[in-house]
Amino acid sequence: MSEQATEVLAIVGLEIHVELATETKMFCRCRNRFGDPPNTNVCPVCIGMPGVLPVMNSKAVEYSLKVGQALNCELPSYSKWDRKSYYYPDLPKNYQISQYDLPLCKDGYLDVPLPDGSSKRIRVLRAHLEEDAGKNIHDNPAHTGVDLNRAGVPLLEIVSQPDMNTPQEALSFAREMQRLVRWLGVSEANMQMGHMRFEPNINLHITRGGTVYKTPIVEVKNLNSFKALEGAVTHELKRQYAQWLEDPEGFSLDRKGKQNRGWDDQRNITVFQREKEEAHDYRYFPEPDLPAVVVDDAWRESIRASIGELPLARRERFIKQHQLGSKEAEAMIQDADTGNLLDDATAMGAPPRRVVNLMLGRMSAAANEKGCALGQLGVSAAQLSQLAIMLEEGKLNATAGDKIIDHMIANGGSPLEIAGKLNLLAESNTAAVEQWVDQAIAANPDPAQQVRSGDKKAKQAFGFLVGQVMRISGGKAPPSAVKELLESKLSAK
Amino acid sequence: MSNKITPEVVRHIGKLARIELDDQQVEMLGRQLGDILRYVDKLQALNTDGVAPMAHAVEIHNVLADDAPGQSLTADEALANAPARDNDFFMVPKVLGDS
Ligand SMILES: [Zn+2]
Repeated sequence: MSEQATEVLAIVGLEIHVELATETKMFCRCRNRFGDPPNTNVCPVCIGMPGVLPVMNSKAVEYSLKVGQALNCELPSYSKWDRKSYYYPDLPKNYQISQYDLPLCKDGYLDVPLPDGSSKRIRVLRAHLEEDAGKNIHDNPAHTGVDLNRAGVPLLEIVSQPDMNTPQEALSFAREMQRLVRWLGVSEANMQMGHMRFEPNINLHITRGGTVYKTPIVEVKNLNSFKALEGAVTHELKRQYAQWLEDPEGFSLDRKGKQNRGWDDQRNITVFQREKEEAHDYRYFPEPDLPAVVVDDAWRESIRASIGELPLARRERFIKQHQLGSKEAEAMIQDADTGNLLDDATAMGAPPRRVVNLMLGRMSAAANEKGCALGQLGVSAAQLSQLAIMLEEGKLNATAGDKIIDHMIANGGSPLEIAGKLNLLAESNTAAVEQWVDQAIAANPDPAQQVRSGDKKAKQAFGFLVGQVMRISGGKAPPSAVKELLESKLSAK
Repeated sequence: MSNKITPEVVRHIGKLARIELDDQQVEMLGRQLGDILRYVDKLQALNTDGVAPMAHAVEIHNVLADDAPGQSLTADEALANAPARDNDFFMVPKVLGDS
């Protein structure tokens, strides 16, 4: 190995396939639905019968344009369809309808938040619409079974520029894309259901002794989890470097070109895929059965108007408007529903701080227990805002607030009703509160004396007494009144 | 232009299309494909300066359908013409595993 200093730069680009959450397929009106019995969502169009006429799904086009707009892409006036020809059993027409040179969206970018709090702009080369293939089932050792329910499902392929330099950046880009398509409501982006698939392109630029060596670009095919994506990029960087060290001149992009590899998730390594001879000779040509898509200014404007506020903009607004910490703001933009809940509750007059504390406290814990997002707990903005206002006005203490949240999630109902039913409303009768305070002092003479003396343990003893009053009152004593009373009763003497 | 369609090109295209060709067919198809290309090449003689390229032969655009489910086939109907079936799947020779 050379003594010279060696600099290694990883170059990673990503293709992301996103299945769109339309009711029907891209070019026929069969249902786009996962998990149905095999070959029941099929028709002459999507099983490739001769003489049929595909017709574009308006929703799929609209969803794609929305993604393009959210990715800051140009939405060209004119885009068209092409046939990509290849033979595979899951592709019944022996060509896939795709978009070759005139995609629906091009030249955009996505700002991707990274775990260290910074963000990185990843450029997007293009996003085009195409149809998904069916599924090959390999259960039978002697044959392959083909289910064409998925054939013709709208698939948006988003292609990034090679702007990522670490496995983490690729992972963050993929996760941000998942959030974005969910945010826009254009895909469930459920990894288990194969709604998102990744194909990273990876190579190394290695500088040594003033020479830049480029390793052959590897495309890892068909990754269907974030773990596989991160693992594949990580392994590929190690593997390419090791192989380059063995043969710096021979293991080069110029000599070897591009190569496809697969991911072995048992062994956590990428594996060589036999070069399919002529696999890339797709003979694209314009699809004669489908007319072009023409996007005019009015359409573009309506797409722009339909996007609404995107995650990072919302995060910035929450930080400014409600003085949220960056972690709090991040939690509030995990999905669109969560932030909507905060917005709607505050619009109803609830103090933002109270709402945020409720959401990130008991509600967040409940969401974790249930394995759902905050916005999907079934707590409405009206419930949340009423509860926050009651807390603000001292009608409830925090413990009672948490109980009410649990009750609302389980049974619904308004916080006021629940507080009444569970007898949680804070006692507003000062005489009653004073009685509880006196009881607590009488039952705990030593701590009371410590508070009076103001010694080292006074603070701790005071807290203990507050807790005792709360316990005696069954949680109904308003903490502020308790503290005031305790202070006045234990200070003067 | 005329000898672009070599026997190698014809064999390559045949392979892509999964069609087996004997030498006689390669010779015949090469000739026919060459004739077609020469015929189309005549269009190159036209002066197209200032004419925008066309991506599609028809002027209509944005023919869109509502995203509303229609009638699909039953599995039996879909499989009726299949050379072989395995329960409700199309059955094909073993494919080396992916997807
Ligand atoms: Zn169909």
